[in-house]
Amino acid sequence: MKQKRFVAFGSLLVVIAIVVAACNGGDATPVVQTVIVQATPEPVSNRLDVVQDRGRLICAGRTDLAGFGFLDSAGINRGFDIDLCRAIAAAIFGDGNALEVVPITASERGPTIQAGEVDVLSRNVTWTSTRDSQWGNYTTIMFYDGQGFMVPKRLGFDSALDLDGTTVCVTSGTTTELNLADFFRQHNLDLETVVFEDTASVYGAYEAGRCDATTSDKSQLAAIRSGFSDPDAHVILPETISKEPLTPVVAHGDDGWFDLVKTVMWVLINAEELGVTQANVEQQRGSDNIVIRRMLGVEGEFGQSDLGLKATFAVDVIKAVGNYGEIYDRYMGPNGESFTLPRQQNELWTNGGLVYAPPLR
Amino acid sequence: MRILTYRGTPLWRDARVLRAVTQIVFVVIVVAIVVYFVRNVFEAADERGLKLGFGFLEEEAGFPIAESVIGYTESDSFRHAFIVGVVNTIKVALIGIVAATVLGLIVGVSRLSSNWLVKSITSVYVEIIRNVPLLVQLFFWYFGIFLLLPVVQESLRLPGPIYVNNRGVFSVWANTTSSFDSWLLFVLGGVVLAVAVRVILGRIQIETGRNTHPNVAAALALVLLPTLGWFLVGESPLIRETPVLERFNFVGGARVTPEFAALLTGLVVYTAAFIAEIVRAGIQSVQRGQTEAARALGLSDAQTLLSIVFPQALRVIIPPMISQFLNLTKNSSLAIAIGYPDLYAISRIMINQAGRAVPIMLLIMAAYLAMSLTYAIIGNIYNRRVRFTER
Repeated sequence: MKQKRFVAFGSLLVVIAIVVAACNGGDATPVVQTVIVQATPEPVSNRLDVVQDRGRLICAGRTDLAGFGFLDSAGINRGFDIDLCRAIAAAIFGDGNALEVVPITASERGPTIQAGEVDVLSRNVTWTSTRDSQWGNYTTIMFYDGQGFMVPKRLGFDSALDLDGTTVCVTSGTTTELNLADFFRQHNLDLETVVFEDTASVYGAYEAGRCDATTSDKSQLAAIRSGFSDPDAHVILPETISKEPLTPVVAHGDDGWFDLVKTVMWVLINAEELGVTQANVEQQRGSDNIVIRRMLGVEGEFGQSDLGLKATFAVDVIKAVGNYGEIYDRYMGPNGESFTLPRQQNELWTNGGLVYAPPLR
Repeated sequence: MRILTYRGTPLWRDARVLRAVTQIVFVVIVVAIVVYFVRNVFEAADERGLKLGFGFLEEEAGFPIAESVIGYTESDSFRHAFIVGVVNTIKVALIGIVAATVLGLIVGVSRLSSNWLVKSITSVYVEIIRNVPLLVQLFFWYFGIFLLLPVVQESLRLPGPIYVNNRGVFSVWANTTSSFDSWLLFVLGGVVLAVAVRVILGRIQIETGRNTHPNVAAALALVLLPTLGWFLVGESPLIRETPVLERFNFVGGARVTPEFAALLTGLVVYTAAFIAEIVRAGIQSVQRGQTEAARALGLSDAQTLLSIVFPQALRVIIPPMISQFLNLTKNSSLAIAIGYPDLYAISRIMINQAGRAVPIMLLIMAAYLAMSLTYAIIGNIYNRRVRFTER
C-alpha cells in the first residue's frame, strides 16, 4: 500500500515537473534541444519514387463540402480541391483515378502535412506566413477567397458591423476563427463564439438557431447555403474581412516534389490561358502555336525530365480534369453541379482576375 | 575463492538468479523501446524542421474561446488558453462526478427495489445507457435535445424567472453588494453555532436518553443568524440580477450554455449507469444475515440500508467508483464533438494554430495524468478509511 502511494505521488511529481517546465516557456527550449545529440540528416526520401512505387497518390482532402470536396452519388470523391489532386495523379500515372483521398478535419491539416502522412494537402488551406514556416511548402494559389458572414435573412442584417452582441458558429483550427476574433476586436464588437471541430456540426448548430451568424470563406458559405433546405432564407453579408488564398500544400524537405506539384498547377492555368481544353487537347497537339506545342510535349522541353515526368504529362493532366477554368466551371460555374459562384478574382489575369501562372518553358 | 569451489545449484538453474536476470532483461527491453521512440521523435522532428520547445506558449493565442471560468481574451497567451481548457475540464468533471454519484446511488438502490415499476425502469435505463456509445449519446443530447429547445425569442419562461432556449438556460442570480462581506460573517457564525448546538445537544441526548432534537436546533441556528444579519447590515447584501432579453440574446443573470449542459448531461447519465451497477454489486455483496439481524433488532428499512448495509458495501464500492470518476474525467474530452471548450478541444486548436503537435500532446497527457493521479491519491486515502478495521 505504502509503495503504491509512493508511486502515485512520484508520478504526480513528474507530471507537475513537466507542466512547470512547460510553463516556464522559453527557458525550457534550449534544454530540450540540446538533447538532440546526433540527428543524422538522412538523405531526404524522394516522394516521387515513393508515390510511383505505391502506384497511387495520397491526397488529404474532404468529403463534406459541396464544390470543393464531396462524394457524388456513386461515392466517388469529387470537387475543385480533389480535381487538383487528380491532376497530379494524372501527371504521374497518366490516370487521374490513381488517387486515394484521405478525408480530414480542418484542425488535422497542420499535423497531417507536417508529418508527411500524405503526398499533398488540398483541403481549402489558406496560405499564411506562419503556416508556411510550420506546416509545409505552399505551392501555388489556386483559389482566391475571402472570409465573410452568413446570417438568416429574417434577422435583417445589412453589414457585418451590425453583428455586435451576436453568437457566431465557426470551425476550429482555421484562419477563420483567428480572423473572426481580430475583426470583432478591431471594431470593438461583443462576440460569443461556438467552436466545432467538424464542419457539419458548425452548420447544423447554425441552422438550429444556436448562432445568429456563421463565418467562413465566402466560397464555403455559398456551398453550404446551396445545401440548406431553403437557401434564400440566408444571406451572405457584403464585407470580406480577410484574404484567404487557398493553396495545395506539400511537406517540407523535398524540393523535387514541391516543384512537380507547382508545375502541374501551372499547367492547369496555362492551359486555360492557351485555350487548351479537355475536349480539344488531342487536336491541339497539332497546333502551330509553339507555346501550346511545348506544353503538350510535342516539341521542346519545359522541365518535364528534371521533374521526373514524361514529356507529354500535360496531355494526361488536361484529359483527366480539363484546364483551370473547366475545373472551376464544373463545380461552381453558371451550370456548375454544386452551385454558382461568379469567378471574380478567380478569373485569369487576362480577364482582369488574379489567376496567373509562370510560363511553361 | 568461494566461487571456484562452489558446488551448489548451477547459476542457470538458480531460481533467484533466473528471477533477477529475467527482470533485468525485461527492464532493458522496455528502456530500449522507450529510447527508440523518443529518439525517433527527435530525429523526425529535426528532419522535418518541427520545433519541440515550449516557448510558443508565451505567444498570443488569437483564437476565441466560447466560455471560460477564469476570463480570457484573444490577446492572451497560448499558455492561458490551455489553462482555460484545464479549468473548463475540471469544472465539468467535478460537477459531473457529484451528480453522477447521486444519480448512480439512487438508480443502484432502485434496481434492488421490491417495487416492480421502479425496478423495471431503472433496469431499462442501465441496460440502454451502458450499451450505447457515449459519443452517440452526446450528439443526441446536444443536437437532439438542447439545440431543439425554442429559439431565444420564444424562450420557455419558468418561475424565477428562468429562461430556457437553445442558447442555454438563463436564470436569476444574486449579485453581491458592499455589505456582502459583513453579512458573510453572520453566515459563518450561523454555521459555527449550528455545529456547536448539534454537538452539544447530541451529547446530552446520548447521556440522558432524552430527545433534545439536535438536528432541528442546529437547522434553526443555521437559518436564524444569517437572517438576523441580513437586516442588521443595512444595505441588502445580495441583489437579484434578472436576465433581460436584448436584441440577440439574454444578458445578465447566470447562464449555462447548451454545450456545457449537453456534455454534463451526457457524462452524468452515462457514468451513473455504471455507478448504479457498482452500487448494486456493493449492496448485494453484504451478507443477507446482516440485513436479517438489523431487522431482528427492529431497525427500519432506511436505517438498515444507511447504518448497516451501506457502510459495509462502501469498501466494495469505492475502488471501482474511483475508476468511474476517472472515466468521466477522461470521457469529457469528447466535448470536442459538441463545441464545449475543454482541455482537449482547446489543445487541438492550439496544435493547429501554433503548429506544435508534439509538445502540446505532451501537455495534454500530463494534464489528464495529473488529474487522474490526484483522484487516485484521494481515493486511496478515503479507501483506507472505510476499510474494515481488523482487530
